[in-house]
Amino acid sequence: MNLNEEVELLKRVPIFSKMEQAKLKLLAFTSERVNFAAGQEVCHQGDPGDTMYVILGGVADVLIDKAGTDGQIAVAEMKKNSFFGEIAILCDVPRTATIKARESLSTLKITKDMFYRLVEEFPQLSIEIMRELAHRLEDTNRKLQAATKPN
Amino acid sequence: MQRNLFTYIWRHSRPEQLVILALVVLAQVFYFLSLTVPKAVINNGIQGNAFKDSKTIPFLVWELDLSAIMPGTVIRFFDGFQVDQLQYLVVMSFVFLGAVAVNGLFKKTINTQKGRMGERMLRRLRYELYDRILRFPAAHFRKVKQAELATMVKDEVEPLGGFIGDAFVAPMFLGGQALTAIIFIMLQNWLLGFVVVILLGVQMAIVPRLRRPVLILGRERQLTARLLAGRIAETADGVHEIHVHGAANYERADISERLGRIFKIRFDLYQKKFVAKFWNTFLSQATPFAIYLIGGYFAITGKMDVGAVVGVLLAYKDLPSPIKELLDWDQQRQDVQIKYEQVIDQFQPEGMMLPELQAIPDGPTPPLGKELALSGVTFSEDGRVRLLDAVSMVVPTSTRLAVIGGASSGKDVLGQVLARLVLPTSGSIRLDGKDFFQIPEYVLGARTSYVGQDTYLFPLSVRDNLLFGLKFRPVNPAIYDDATRTVREVFWKESRRAGNPPFDPNADWIDYELAGATGPADLLPRIVDALRLVEIDEDIYSLGLRGTIDAAQRPDLAERILKARHNLHGRLQNETYAGLVEPFNGDLYNKNLSVAENLLFGTPLGKQFDGDNIATEPYVLAVLGVTGLDLDLQRMGLSIAETMVELFSGLSPDNPLFEQYSFISADELPNVRLLLQRLGGKGIEAVPDADRPRLMTLPFRYIEARHRLGLIDTDMEERILAARHAFAKGLPADLRGSVEFYDFERFNSAATLQDNILFGRLVYGQARAEERIGTLIAEVLNELDLRDSVVEVGLEYNVGVAGRRLPATQRQKLGIARALVKRPQLLIVNEALAMFDGRTQDRIRDNILAAQHGGVVWIANRPAQAEPFEQVVVMQGGRITAQGTPSDLAAKGGLYTELMASV
Repeated sequence: MNLNEEVELLKRVPIFSKMEQAKLKLLAFTSERVNFAAGQEVCHQGDPGDTMYVILGGVADVLIDKAGTDGQIAVAEMKKNSFFGEIAILCDVPRTATIKARESLSTLKITKDMFYRLVEEFPQLSIEIMRELAHRLEDTNRKLQAATKPN
Repeated sequence: MQRNLFTYIWRHSRPEQLVILALVVLAQVFYFLSLTVPKAVINNGIQGNAFKDSKTIPFLVWELDLSAIMPGTVIRFFDGFQVDQLQYLVVMSFVFLGAVAVNGLFKKTINTQKGRMGERMLRRLRYELYDRILRFPAAHFRKVKQAELATMVKDEVEPLGGFIGDAFVAPMFLGGQALTAIIFIMLQNWLLGFVVVILLGVQMAIVPRLRRPVLILGRERQLTARLLAGRIAETADGVHEIHVHGAANYERADISERLGRIFKIRFDLYQKKFVAKFWNTFLSQATPFAIYLIGGYFAITGKMDVGAVVGVLLAYKDLPSPIKELLDWDQQRQDVQIKYEQVIDQFQPEGMMLPELQAIPDGPTPPLGKELALSGVTFSEDGRVRLLDAVSMVVPTSTRLAVIGGASSGKDVLGQVLARLVLPTSGSIRLDGKDFFQIPEYVLGARTSYVGQDTYLFPLSVRDNLLFGLKFRPVNPAIYDDATRTVREVFWKESRRAGNPPFDPNADWIDYELAGATGPADLLPRIVDALRLVEIDEDIYSLGLRGTIDAAQRPDLAERILKARHNLHGRLQNETYAGLVEPFNGDLYNKNLSVAENLLFGTPLGKQFDGDNIATEPYVLAVLGVTGLDLDLQRMGLSIAETMVELFSGLSPDNPLFEQYSFISADELPNVRLLLQRLGGKGIEAVPDADRPRLMTLPFRYIEARHRLGLIDTDMEERILAARHAFAKGLPADLRGSVEFYDFERFNSAATLQDNILFGRLVYGQARAEERIGTLIAEVLNELDLRDSVVEVGLEYNVGVAGRRLPATQRQKLGIARALVKRPQLLIVNEALAMFDGRTQDRIRDNILAAQHGGVVWIANRPAQAEPFEQVVVMQGGRITAQGTPSDLAAKGGLYTELMASV
């Protein structure tokens, strides 16, 4: 995949959709592309982390350790165009979940430095991320509600 | 050391001085001859005074005049040749020439002898000073600055060397010359001689007096210069503090102040020097004035012949220079005496170690003994605060003892006392009844080990640093061939003459037995063991992978590394590793290499093909020209330039992205943009020739897999491959040494071991590729039993000045490993693990305790570390408050329980 194809891909990612073509190209050029084989972990719950990933292709599972046991429970899946890892960057906390490639996964790796620089240069980006985070919160709230509803 | 420089010189160079003195005395005879001959030439040869009565006179008459003892008795051995006036003139002229030649030869011999003696004495003095530094009490190093010590040994004693040769000889020689000249003048005319002597006396009295202030200033100059050297070293040592605290200008003020003071001293010196010089010159010219006047008067009145006046003048011509030199010598004498005293004073601190304690052992070191008994050991830095207060205890050398206490408990001082780094102010330590402080240093060096909180590493390889503690004496002499041996023998003979020990640093000093090895062959496993105990073996292994070896010197290892390459590439066939490495293949374009690397397909040696140089190298350009690739590459360069301008134009020039990612630096970008604007979309053909080289460098740095600009398609790959083959095929002989081509069957001495094993590039963008391949390489090396060999290569890594090329934790680990390699009978660990995290501390402690066969005194930086020890000493305020087994102490409670609870 060359740079121009990557830029086309990035354009379809909601958080980047409003960025200018040239800036997207710069983002693609300066960010590392990382491929994961099926079954490989992208990050592990509890590990320190300072990068976020945007999925350019493939599907990954979001797994959370079951308290008190060694087992994990799959809580969500991530598809093309979704991003993860932003919590570790924003709050300086260890990874809150394990991300595992379900099939061959292609990602764009954005380092903490790069992330802050992007937000600084394109404030629009932070609004898009806020929007996405709000969606996720809303989704979680709904699930919580469903789980606590009697019967 | 003697306070008086002359005593010191006389004591160490008496025979040489006497030989030189004898030569000087002998030289005077010929000097006198060279003075008398001109008179004979003028009076008899030219004016013919001796030929007034006869045409010829006898020449070279050899007779013994005994008339003084037996009047009238003259024994004549030879009647001489009869010569006429002309013959006489010729013969006497040649006699004069001969006398001059002999005179010169004497001077040459004397000067050579003097020079050698002076250099020898300088060598002796410097060695003695250095020897004293090695015997300074440790506390003294807190008072002196190392730069000042270095200045003294290096610069301040230097003028002494020049003077030592002249110390006795110059006054004799010059005095003799002056005396000869004066006697000669006296013989011609006593009155004239008398006047000359008086004038000289005046000169001798006044000039030194004028020079005295110069000497005093000279001493000040030396002191201020020494302090300046110390200050500069301080600046270098404290440079971080200066920057952190923004104190640069305060430092500038200080240095400027000092330089101002030095300037004043130096300028005063100049002024005084030239005043002295003026009077000196004036007074020395007063003498010829007297000779002209008085001698001329005598000649006119006929009381002296003209020849005698000329002779006096000639004699006088030679007189001012010895007199001046004599005065100079006297000044120099006072000067160096002062310098010598100033240096010597700095080199005799209180409490110097006796030389016997540092004697070189003549065989293997005896064991340490059974028991150290401390009684009333007190230590105080300033006489008031007692860091150790009457500590009495018995430490068996086989003990397992932990010492715990708070920050100012004195536990660390106790550790230093046990390592003899600190001398107690009072109290005694006995080792099996003998005074601990009289045990030779090598016994302690071999049988005990001490590691403190910070470790100093010498700027040598890791290996040399680790083995530093095994070098007490030359164990096996170096092997020399006959010719070298002779040279070395002469070298050692000279060393002995200068009072230097004839030790050979080329000999093998390593005490293998102490390390538990029998020789160089089985030492490596012992080193690796020690590295493993402090958990630094992995780091050294990584250094080894990044190190290089010369296949010509280590063909066996190169061969085995090649085997590892084959093995690794076999394993890479397994599909779990698919796509992680792109191997070097001469017939395929490698997407993970830059265009330059693809073209060169080898490791550049030297500068020709290194970095951007490849884009301007004439042979490369010729190859590209023939294959027509140059235009394509320039076109690629243009395309890259366009992309870079597009991507980076909006960024501020100090954005770090430039440095990390851009092909074009922030400074250059505007120029490139201008170029592109001028082109206005026209193709490469429109680019002026001057701008082409710049465009050429861009594609050479381009890596398709990383930069992903899609510039290299299959057709381009084919063409670059063709250029690669053409490049290799036509490579001229003088460039053969500039590249080591990638060849699967050949070891590449220019590349690191890792690159040699990998023989390919990690593919960009594969998650954890580096880690996985690293593990795979480790597996291969383990299987082929090569791991230790890689560690061995890592051991050759130079740690840099004070070990600064290694991080602090690795330095400390090496320091501990160095203490463990010699398998000490008693190991003293003085809070040496403090810089590691808690878990590492405990692991390394357990490793050491498990491996150490002898005793251990463990000064714990955390009380909890004392847990596995048989005996624990609890300290507070410089005193021992409790001692016993952990369970006893726990039962008693008190400070022990408090400390253990604090963790």
